[in-house]
Amino acid sequence: MEFIDRIFSTQSLFWFLSFLTILSALMVVTSKSPVYSVLYLILTFFCLSGHYIILNAQFLAFVNIIVYAGAIMVLFLFVIMFLNMKEDEAETSPTLIRTLATGTAIVLGVTLVLAFSTVKVAAFNPMAFDSQVGMVKNLGSVLFREYLLPFELASVLFLIAMVGAVMLGRREAGDRHF
Amino acid sequence: MDTASWIIKALIIVGVFAVTLLIATYSTLAERKIAGFMQDRLGPDRAGPFGVFQPLADAVKMFFKEDFIPAQANKWLFIAGPCLSMLTALMTSAVIPFGDTIRYEEQTIAVQGVELNVGILYVFGIVSLGVYGLMIGGWASNNKFSLLGAVRAASQNISYEIALGLSIIAIIMSAGSLSLRDIVNQQHGFAWNIFYQPVGFIIFVTCAFAECNRTPFDLPECETELVGGYHTEYSSMKLGFYLFSEYINMFISSLVVSTLYLGGFNYPGMDWVYAKLTALAGDTTGHNLATLIGFLALFFKGLFGVFFFMWVRWTVPRFRFDQLMDLGWKALFPLAILNIFFTGAGEMLGYHGFTWIIVGIMTILAATNAVKAPPRKMYPADV
Amino acid sequence: MYSDFGQILLFIIVAIAIIGAILIANKIIRPNLPNEEKLTTYESGEDPVGNANVQFNARFYVVALVFVLFEVELLFLFPWATVFGRPELIAQTNGRWGWFALGEMLIFVGILSLGLAYAWVKGYLDWIRPEPKKPDYALKIPKDLYQKINQKYSTHR
Repeated sequence: MEFIDRIFSTQSLFWFLSFLTILSALMVVTSKSPVYSVLYLILTFFCLSGHYIILNAQFLAFVNIIVYAGAIMVLFLFVIMFLNMKEDEAETSPTLIRTLATGTAIVLGVTLVLAFSTVKVAAFNPMAFDSQVGMVKNLGSVLFREYLLPFELASVLFLIAMVGAVMLGRREAGDRHF
Repeated sequence: MDTASWIIKALIIVGVFAVTLLIATYSTLAERKIAGFMQDRLGPDRAGPFGVFQPLADAVKMFFKEDFIPAQANKWLFIAGPCLSMLTALMTSAVIPFGDTIRYEEQTIAVQGVELNVGILYVFGIVSLGVYGLMIGGWASNNKFSLLGAVRAASQNISYEIALGLSIIAIIMSAGSLSLRDIVNQQHGFAWNIFYQPVGFIIFVTCAFAECNRTPFDLPECETELVGGYHTEYSSMKLGFYLFSEYINMFISSLVVSTLYLGGFNYPGMDWVYAKLTALAGDTTGHNLATLIGFLALFFKGLFGVFFFMWVRWTVPRFRFDQLMDLGWKALFPLAILNIFFTGAGEMLGYHGFTWIIVGIMTILAATNAVKAPPRKMYPADV
Repeated sequence: MYSDFGQILLFIIVAIAIIGAILIANKIIRPNLPNEEKLTTYESGEDPVGNANVQFNARFYVVALVFVLFEVELLFLFPWATVFGRPELIAQTNGRWGWFALGEMLIFVGILSLGLAYAWVKGYLDWIRPEPKKPDYALKIPKDLYQKINQKYSTHR
């Protein structure tokens, strides 16, 4: 029983989830087929939701699953599976892209390392920790009282996005029906 | 945790899966029996008395069938599709409150897989993942029929998911909690949500049909147009997984409907029964017996839901694709938003059944439409 | 609370185990005699023509995009619905909280509904409706015969 307890302890779960997250995130980048990439991305989002749950942010965990793993990935799969993207002939030379990508990655990596090395993480005080902070009700009362204006502005953003989507899918003469 | 609580957990998991799988197995027989009844024939009656062993025979057949993966197909995704479908179907049952609590040696155990305080979001999340099984399977088959089925499945599921979620919102507004057990406990006795949320109930049930891909929404596998739809290329147990997950989904969604709208394990007169039982058999046994009766009540509702699914299948013809999209986007979605505002206004004014106004208006509109509609003509007469 | 999610994890593990066990049992039991004919893609008995990966109309994609936006809206409604009817908030504000909350949600959903209305008016939610064709056979049977039969069987309803 001791053994099972240790398997299901937060520590081991954290390491397991982190391992899985990084592994699946790497698979997203290295997979040849875009469909596999999307599926690994879904797995990555799942593991991230697991992290949210360990942090006791349950609502966020399920929002992550529903919006990212559920809705946005369906959109991605739609595009990849049903829009039949032809493999584009590389217009620019692959070596140029590779050099540029490597350069950007190195710059980004150095920036991140420097940024994180200067950041001071606030000391964690277990006594002052409020386990209820990630619950739906607290989120609701904060969101709808203190962050009301950003919330309403978000709807304008959605409206713009929707109009953009509609413009993209404009019907043209001679379109096929399916 | 000690050994006893691990054993209890294991028992609960095994019990929930056993119940779901058993019901799903026998739903296949019920489907054929009810189809037989509706069409004035007998249905399966050879395997055992009244055909009770028919599901076993079917399972054995599924196991022994040869399975082939088409040469053109993507092998791993072809296998992953049905497995994902089955996995998402099995996972939803974890949060359904099957009954009240059982008292056993000073312990109080809830008859439920897991009590989450975001239970309804969990169900919604799993439902939103349910489409992957069909999409992946249909695409991986590399068959034109399957691909069309997969496109249909995806666009149908996403079109009805929003109306489904919006009708859940209306329930949460009055319940104030996302926990399924809280929602059930608020419907104590006969204060079922269906009496306060008639519009939400209709929207939810319609969307549940669409999410389960059941007739009249079974366009993804519609045999007159797409042969077998997304499972055209499947055989053996992989086909079995697809079919089985449909029956599991049917049962689970009936249970969710019962939990949200039909009072879950509550039934009229439950307080009286509880008082009688505790007086007769003592506190612990009486409590457990009352829980059992509540469990049976939920079961009855769930099975009636499954029957309702089958009843509708042989009553309502299949929609056309444009009708399906129109119903989802232009009818159910605005109606669900309207329902939320009426619910909110009703809560503020103190009338819980405020949404009945929508029902009234819709009935009047339907009646005037029916009166105004031109009389039907019969085919060659109007050529 | 966290142990509840541990139990969910157990559920998932058991479900995967069940599926795996069934698949493995199936693999052991079933015969496996593939040949070229069996492995061809099904296309109503004909030899398959081309690949199934055809391009679909971008309209499906627009529906999916609109869906994503409304899904996000829906998830904003979940925390709103839990705080909307809370008695202590209503008591704090003399009953104004509920109307206030309802109002802010009305604005939010209203702005989003504008987008839906735009798509609707522009006709992006309309799908191609099949036009039933009236067959024009040269019928030798006079049409009034049909009429008579129809009337005969519709009168006694």
